[in-house]
Amino acid sequence: MTAVEIRSLSKIFNADGANRVEALVDVNLDVAAGEFISLIGPSGCGKSTLLRLVGDLLTPTSGELTVNGKSAHQARMDQDYGMAFQQAGLFEWRNVQKNIELPLELKGWDKSKRAARAQEMLELVKLPEFARHMPWQLSGGMQQRIAIARALAAHPRLLLMDEPFGALDEMTREHMQDELLRICAETATTVVFVTHSIPEAVYLSDRVVVMSPRPGRITKIVETGLGKVRNEETRRSDTFHHRVIDVREALRGLHDDDARLIGREDR
Amino acid sequence: MTLSPTALRQGARKTIMFVIAFGLVAGAWEGYKAIGPERSSKVFGWKIIPSASDQAMPHIGSMFSRLAKPEVRGNGTTIFHAVALATWYSFRVALFALVLGVIVGLLLGVVMARFRITERALMPYLIVSQTIPLIALAPVLVSWSGRLKPFGFQFEKWMTAAMLGSFLAFFPIAVASVRGLKAVKPESLELLDSCAASWWQGLIKVRLPSSVPMLLPALKLSAANAVIGVLVSEISIGLKFGIGRLILSYSQDGSSDPAKVYTAIFGAAVLGLVMAGLVVVIERTLTRNRPKETAR
Ligand SMILES: Nc1ncnc2c1ncn2[C@@H]1O[C@H](COP(=O)(O)OP(=O)(O)OP(=O)(O)O)[C@@H](O)[C@H]1O
Ligand SMILES: [Mg+2]
Repeated sequence: MTAVEIRSLSKIFNADGANRVEALVDVNLDVAAGEFISLIGPSGCGKSTLLRLVGDLLTPTSGELTVNGKSAHQARMDQDYGMAFQQAGLFEWRNVQKNIELPLELKGWDKSKRAARAQEMLELVKLPEFARHMPWQLSGGMQQRIAIARALAAHPRLLLMDEPFGALDEMTREHMQDELLRICAETATTVVFVTHSIPEAVYLSDRVVVMSPRPGRITKIVETGLGKVRNEETRRSDTFHHRVIDVREALRGLHDDDARLIGREDR
Repeated sequence: MTLSPTALRQGARKTIMFVIAFGLVAGAWEGYKAIGPERSSKVFGWKIIPSASDQAMPHIGSMFSRLAKPEVRGNGTTIFHAVALATWYSFRVALFALVLGVIVGLLLGVVMARFRITERALMPYLIVSQTIPLIALAPVLVSWSGRLKPFGFQFEKWMTAAMLGSFLAFFPIAVASVRGLKAVKPESLELLDSCAASWWQGLIKVRLPSSVPMLLPALKLSAANAVIGVLVSEISIGLKFGIGRLILSYSQDGSSDPAKVYTAIFGAAVLGLVMAGLVVVIERTLTRNRPKETAR
């Protein structure tokens, strides 16, 4: 079954204004249920725009988009989504536990069930003793982990993440990558994941979608073929390295400046 | 609320500052009395040098000693008692005015933040409403509340005074809440949208709490406005029992008993201080868990 079906989708900002931007033009993409997809490409190529279109936070200018067999709007109303963005966006008047509980509150879960799930999520992001802390008492990376816990708390069917690991240190980042893969495998969650890191995209994904700007479009889709189990072995494997090179070359095929930008951000 | 050593130290410092400020004002008053002329005089034809006579400026000491003496000769109750009772009465009316004003202000703010068109339609009227002098409004409201009896409910005079007070109190809250409710971070709104939160859920869980830092300064203004509104309307609608009325009636004894009116003015000052203290308590409670920058 396809979780997301995108047919000749376009998004043009300020269509008749002076600042007209063709953010996305004629995008086609199918995401299978349970699949992990990464979007990668130079700044301004429309990754966030595509993610927001899928999440029904933006409306397309033209084209078709279905999520779990229904319109994106219906999927959002059915609370099929979990979202995490680059800024943690925690609520400063709620403590850590209450922040994680927010989506559950909106779903109408009762108190004890919420608390139990929040604790479970806190253990997952390795911050179990911080339930009663206020967000401003945490470091940026810790806040980000809470935001990820919040996005995952309701076990959404479709997880949309926009550079969620950008603020994390390398060790936490790898830990979170493994945990994310584990949770998504356990709960059969479909993920659309935006990142600037080529190794991260390859390690996490079943397929890496390479995009290019002006106008924003998909230029290549790299199948990683790494199998379902990922671990340290995977990071050292030849397949992994080959796929990293494939993605890098797909990006090099873009504008020279843009490719150099990407190269700097990849580690 | 537990009091930490730093909180105690801060409290002590504030008390000392308050005493010093009072001392300075009292010192200036007595100082002018010592050097000022017995009769007021004119400069360039304007009467701007006030008289320092005991008649015009009684000694601070006699104001306080006046508190301990009977209100009128031969009557048992002291002025202190009368002033305290009147202050307590006005405090309750002003508190009612503040609560009513905050409720009305928040309701208006919510409606204006929800429907853009209502903001454009309502805001000019709200601004104009604040330019109407209370003195002009008071008789109108008195005659209305005399005639209107919704469901057989009889308005009492103190309610009219409270309504007039809330007429001044609602405005800062209304203005601050429209701004606060609309100034939510876009990423917070995206999060709410992604969870398909209703507007109502968003209001309760995000918009209201995030506008608390903007509402608190407005609450201070509202509290001050409620006190002023109630005191002025006590005088203009002739409500007995309150401190506003007491100021008026004591000032009529000014020629024979000049210190008397100042005792009532002390009462009004205490009323203002208690209201301000109440707002501080509310502020502390609401910002307990906030980062220090906004808690200040
Ligand atoms: N709300 C908006 N109004 C107008 N133009 C927009 C808006 N949002 C995005 N754009 C434009 O659309 C294009 C794609 O933006 P988008 O944010 O999707 O890029 P991105 O690939 O996520 O970039 P980055 O890697 O820097 O996050 C950009 O040129 C941007 O200027
Ligand atoms: Mg982006």
